[in-house]
Amino acid sequence: MTLLATLARVEAAASGRAQPLATVRHRHLAEHPMVFVPLTTAGEAGAPLGALVGTDPAAPTLLTVPQPRDRDLRFRFLAELADVLLPHLESAQDAVETVPRRSGEAAERCVDAPQLVVPNAGGVAFVRLLGRSMRFRRTAEEDPDAPHPAPARVPLLGRWLTHYGERARVPGSALLLSATELLTRHWATGQSPLEDQHLGALLAWLRAAEADVPGRDGGDGRDGGDGRDGGGGAAGARAALRAETERDAEGLLRTPPAGPATDPAFDNQRLAPAVARYDAGVFGAEAEIRTLLATQLRPTWDAVWEALERVRALPPGERVAARWEGDRWSYTAHRDRLRAGEPPQPRRDDAVTAARKLAARERDQARLSAQEALDDPLVLAGRRLAGEAFAGEVTAVEEAYSTGRRPMPRPLVTVRTGDEPQLAVGTKVYRVLPGDGRTQGGECAALPGPGLVTVRLTGGMGRGAQPAAGSVPVAGDTVCWTLFEHQPRGGPDLPDPEDTPWTHGGPPAGGPEEPDRATGEDLL
Amino acid sequence: MNHRTPAAGLRRRLAELRGPAHPPRPLDARALAALAANPGCRRRALLDGAGVDKAALARALGAPAPFGQSQFAFARGHAFEARVHADGCAALVGLLRAATGDTGPEPTGVEVPDLTADGPAGRAARTRLALAEADDRAARPDGGAVWTVLVHPMLALPVAGSPVHLEPDAVAVAPDGTRTVVEVKSFPILDGTADPAKVGGAARQAAVYALALEESGGPVADALLLVCPKDFSNLPTAAAVDLRRQRAAVRRQLARLTGLADIAAAVPEGVTFDVERPGAELAAAVADVPAAYAPECLATCELAFHCRERARSGGEVTVLGRAVRGELGALRTVDAVLAAAHGTAPGAGAEGGGPEDTGAEDAGAVPDPAVAALRRAARLRAEALAQAGHAAPAPTPAPGAPPPRAARDGGGR
Amino acid sequence: MTATDHRPGPDHAARATQPADGTGPGTGTGPGAAAGPGAAAGPGAAADPGAAAAAATDAILADTLSHTARGVVVDSPPGAGKSTLVVRAAREIAATGRPLMIVAQTNAQVDDLVERLATAEPELGVGRLHSSDAHPYDPALDRHAQVRTSAKAADLAGLPVVVSTAAKWAHVRPPDDVPWQHAIVDEAYQMRSDALLAVARLFQRALFVGDPGQLDPFSQVGTDQWAGLSHDPSASAVTALLAHHPDLPQHRLPVSWRLPASAAPLVSRAFYPYTPFRSGTGPGERRLAFGAGADGSAVDGVLDEAARSGWGLLELPAAHTPRTDPQAVAAVARVVGRLLAREAVTADERTPRPVPLTADRVAVGTAHRDQAAAVRAALTALGVTGVTVDTANRLQGREYDVTVVLHPLSGRPDATAFHLETGRLCVLTSRHRHACVVVCRAGVPELLDDHPSAEPVTLGVPVRFPDGWAAQQTVLAELGAHRVTQA
Repeated sequence: MTLLATLARVEAAASGRAQPLATVRHRHLAEHPMVFVPLTTAGEAGAPLGALVGTDPAAPTLLTVPQPRDRDLRFRFLAELADVLLPHLESAQDAVETVPRRSGEAAERCVDAPQLVVPNAGGVAFVRLLGRSMRFRRTAEEDPDAPHPAPARVPLLGRWLTHYGERARVPGSALLLSATELLTRHWATGQSPLEDQHLGALLAWLRAAEADVPGRDGGDGRDGGDGRDGGGGAAGARAALRAETERDAEGLLRTPPAGPATDPAFDNQRLAPAVARYDAGVFGAEAEIRTLLATQLRPTWDAVWEALERVRALPPGERVAARWEGDRWSYTAHRDRLRAGEPPQPRRDDAVTAARKLAARERDQARLSAQEALDDPLVLAGRRLAGEAFAGEVTAVEEAYSTGRRPMPRPLVTVRTGDEPQLAVGTKVYRVLPGDGRTQGGECAALPGPGLVTVRLTGGMGRGAQPAAGSVPVAGDTVCWTLFEHQPRGGPDLPDPEDTPWTHGGPPAGGPEEPDRATGEDLL
Repeated sequence: MNHRTPAAGLRRRLAELRGPAHPPRPLDARALAALAANPGCRRRALLDGAGVDKAALARALGAPAPFGQSQFAFARGHAFEARVHADGCAALVGLLRAATGDTGPEPTGVEVPDLTADGPAGRAARTRLALAEADDRAARPDGGAVWTVLVHPMLALPVAGSPVHLEPDAVAVAPDGTRTVVEVKSFPILDGTADPAKVGGAARQAAVYALALEESGGPVADALLLVCPKDFSNLPTAAAVDLRRQRAAVRRQLARLTGLADIAAAVPEGVTFDVERPGAELAAAVADVPAAYAPECLATCELAFHCRERARSGGEVTVLGRAVRGELGALRTVDAVLAAAHGTAPGAGAEGGGPEDTGAEDAGAVPDPAVAALRRAARLRAEALAQAGHAAPAPTPAPGAPPPRAARDGGGR
Repeated sequence: MTATDHRPGPDHAARATQPADGTGPGTGTGPGAAAGPGAAAGPGAAADPGAAAAAATDAILADTLSHTARGVVVDSPPGAGKSTLVVRAAREIAATGRPLMIVAQTNAQVDDLVERLATAEPELGVGRLHSSDAHPYDPALDRHAQVRTSAKAADLAGLPVVVSTAAKWAHVRPPDDVPWQHAIVDEAYQMRSDALLAVARLFQRALFVGDPGQLDPFSQVGTDQWAGLSHDPSASAVTALLAHHPDLPQHRLPVSWRLPASAAPLVSRAFYPYTPFRSGTGPGERRLAFGAGADGSAVDGVLDEAARSGWGLLELPAAHTPRTDPQAVAAVARVVGRLLAREAVTADERTPRPVPLTADRVAVGTAHRDQAAAVRAALTALGVTGVTVDTANRLQGREYDVTVVLHPLSGRPDATAFHLETGRLCVLTSRHRHACVVVCRAGVPELLDDHPSAEPVTLGVPVRFPDGWAAQQTVLAELGAHRVTQA
């Protein structure tokens, strides 16, 4: 945690209400995201119990499994899930635009991509798990001899969920988001990051942030800077505690966990008896289970939409749309692989694929950090505090030129700053040019005194013998330089997988992967 | 192992603390392993060492632990474990040999001795006997490659002077006498990977069993055999998990439990954690033993909600996460951090440049870099929020307003 | 560094390629059974260290030149003559007429290697492949007529040896016929597996040299999904190589020529418990003394202790402090200041007559950059110049006469994985030829005792020994014998 984020948490703890960590929205939000709230069966890997899913906050589709150990019932659930999710995931495949690529040729890119939102990190992991459990399944059509053929579109859904789950590991991506991640990116609570994983508790701190209106949170107004013992400072903590622990007369949590794990008390007191009735063939047992699961799912469903509304209220960061382009490329590439009839994603990455993904994610992480700082003064403040950027007023500008056959302008700009950048002579620095938003490069030319930095401009001034208009600041201007690049590139030139070198075991074995072995009592 | 024989006095003292009417709650491997999760917490060490029922204590304090197990998970775990042992453990021995790369001769037999007996002491005696028989077989030149698998054996480990009985899922004894701890878990090994947090937990628990096995003599393998469902099936698969680090950590923590006498001695005479006492009295008693609360406790300790409440009302910054203290130095409370950030703490004026610099009262003292950094952080944060049109953060005192109460008396230590 | 200046005698021809003591990682009986002080001298303790080192070098070169294996791995503990080995191997490979590429990790390492090669063999044509940045290489290389520099690999084709960074090599396209029959990969333990993947197609066989005890490579993004894979891109290049080719010959250099007799046993025991090494010099062969007497202060006391024993611990009162603890920073600066002000002189096997200790032979090591900046500022305030002050990451591979270390755990309220990382402390305590002074707040043993052990465990990832916790305890226990307390 950076010191700035720590300070925000401390302020939240003292005031009893969440504090902003961002002044703009740093993630793309689709107009109509698909929200998916899953529950899983305790003790079973990837055995879904139920889900609420849909794009209309008022009208979710409820899917349930009355007996999670029954393979046919699970397949029925997955087929129903495919019926809801696949039309959404496939909805943006055909609206395309043509864009030139760097290589010169034109490429097709989907103009939008469907978005999936789950409640928390566990939900993201569950999407991956579902994807893994489905994508190697074979349908009766693909393999007539398979002992337990999967419903028609289930393997396809597995491939989509696998793609979304994998994309979610890319820093700044937004194909698959979790509500807790969205909220914690933009607000600090007065509790720990561990506790922030509880969506109900997290939202409690955010609601407390609006509890200025007396009565909203038990009517306890604030009483000045005094803190946590009964005053308003405890509002968030108390509301969060209620969300974590408050139980009804039957001992069930009033705010059920946001899944995918259920509350053990719910399992033991309500669900298990109902499943037993279902097994015994009691009339109405399946409907009862549906109702029970709905009571556990609905609060989380509403919470996810509330989280989306809160985040949506922030104005989008300037560079968010450009990052979403990356997601659209990713969506388009997956569409193309499906259309080309490629086999499902392998169980584990080969050496080259793993290295490529890592290189891309490191680049995307660097880009995300840079872009968030450029989009948001509050994020930039953190970088300034860390000595990775500095802002100040230009005190002097000196004309200078490069030596060489064709001298180019290399003006020296001196800035007075209260920041403490980690600079040495020669350190490269960057700033956004006012006007067109391009990046201007420079290097630290001298540190002439306390609070003074002289930057030699090295780019962004055009090709002429004189700098382009507006490309050199003048005394009195306020400027902000970063020590980090704005559009970092890079990553090694890696071989193709079939050229994997001997050091890494040579090319991977070819061919698509086998499906999981089916046994008499397999779970999925 | 190097346990001091405790004075009978310590045992008596711990019984007093627990409340003489209550038998000590037996420690299990999970509890022992959990000691390593927060070894700095004297409260936990004392309550566990005294055998206090922490769950009951937490209920009595009005902050019950939210732990529970779903019967679905329970049933599944039992069914899976039964399946692992089903065939007379031949498959289990096969998994062990495959996971450890054992190139010894093919097993000529697998013995699964009956270990039933009355009470833990009786079962521990049966277990000792079974281990000795396995060793005898290993010593016989004509013994052949016979393996022995002890299913749910009972091991004894002296902890702070008293024997604790422990029940691993199984112990496999190779023809050469080497013992391997076997843990059967119901989380899956999916494509060769498993949840690292869960594997870590299993390894710490197994390390306790390995130490107990060491106590009973005979060579103990460095690795645990972790048996889990394979992928989405309930077929067993297994992996060997190196336990050497966990064994070193648990051994160290158990040795430290002998420091219980010192902790107990610091508790005033007459104080008791007898869960029959009223909540307020218990709260005062618990407060007599210092805790080291961190949010991680919420997942492992029954008392955590109570400790969190106390830590919050004391304004301790660790409620925000263990990591926050790294940059705060000596500032331990929310009030002290805010006082530093908003210029009302000593040393705050050492940092130059802030236009709203209110100056330091004790100029000449060595400036505290944590205070200076917080000052800069607060200034940058306020500036950025103002730039974006947000109001300044709520707790910033108005200029000229008196500093928050705790700031004046220093807040932290 | 004189590891290979000792020519092998007739008795030391070829030696076993594997470490002779057979204590590879994983075969020991646990961290508790780490080699005791007596065993730290390792194999061939009775033999002349020069002979032992020469025998190891010969075995390495024999394996490298024999072409029986595609790869040869050499573990080199601190100051064991790794650079000397690389230069010698490069010259011998070049002498066979096989084109050689050398991969190093940083531009400074590349420049240093080119400089050493050019100096060692003025006739040898050496290419320095560099980036297209503004100041891509050390201009000092330009004075060697035999060194050709270029940003394009094609310009350097045909030269016997071409040296560059892994990052630059990763952008060289392999021509149809593999141009380099041989490669030397330097600092291979600090190179990531994915970086090796990017360059391995450029060569047919390679010698991998590095120090397994220094800092591991890392990534800023999550890599858990690949943990346990033989080709985990975030693992070290050597880990990936040996995971795929466990039978490749592995050697190690058995003698540290840098560390004095006072330091090698501790560093070996704490950080290389299964692969012990010894110092090239014996007790008393390195001497540190002061021209000016002590002023009675704790700072002078700890300097005297360090001069006498090779180690000093200046312990400040227990306190929880931010990273740039002003008192600790001031203490570090004072130790450096007094070290120079008291006219320190050193004598060793190379220069038996005492010579003055100059500022450029002194380094300060810290864990964090802001700590280094604070120490630099404090030194400037004392008027001390010319002393290197850097983080462990940047001190890797460097060597000084005396080092002053701000202990990574000093004043911390908590120990994090970063601060416990074995490699960090190993780098900080193994840069010196004469003495090392550690400045630390009291209370670190208690901090370590209270450190939660709740580490996740990933299936298939071999456990690394020693673990940071154990190594920290070993070092602190030793330093405790050299403690001087400052009020």
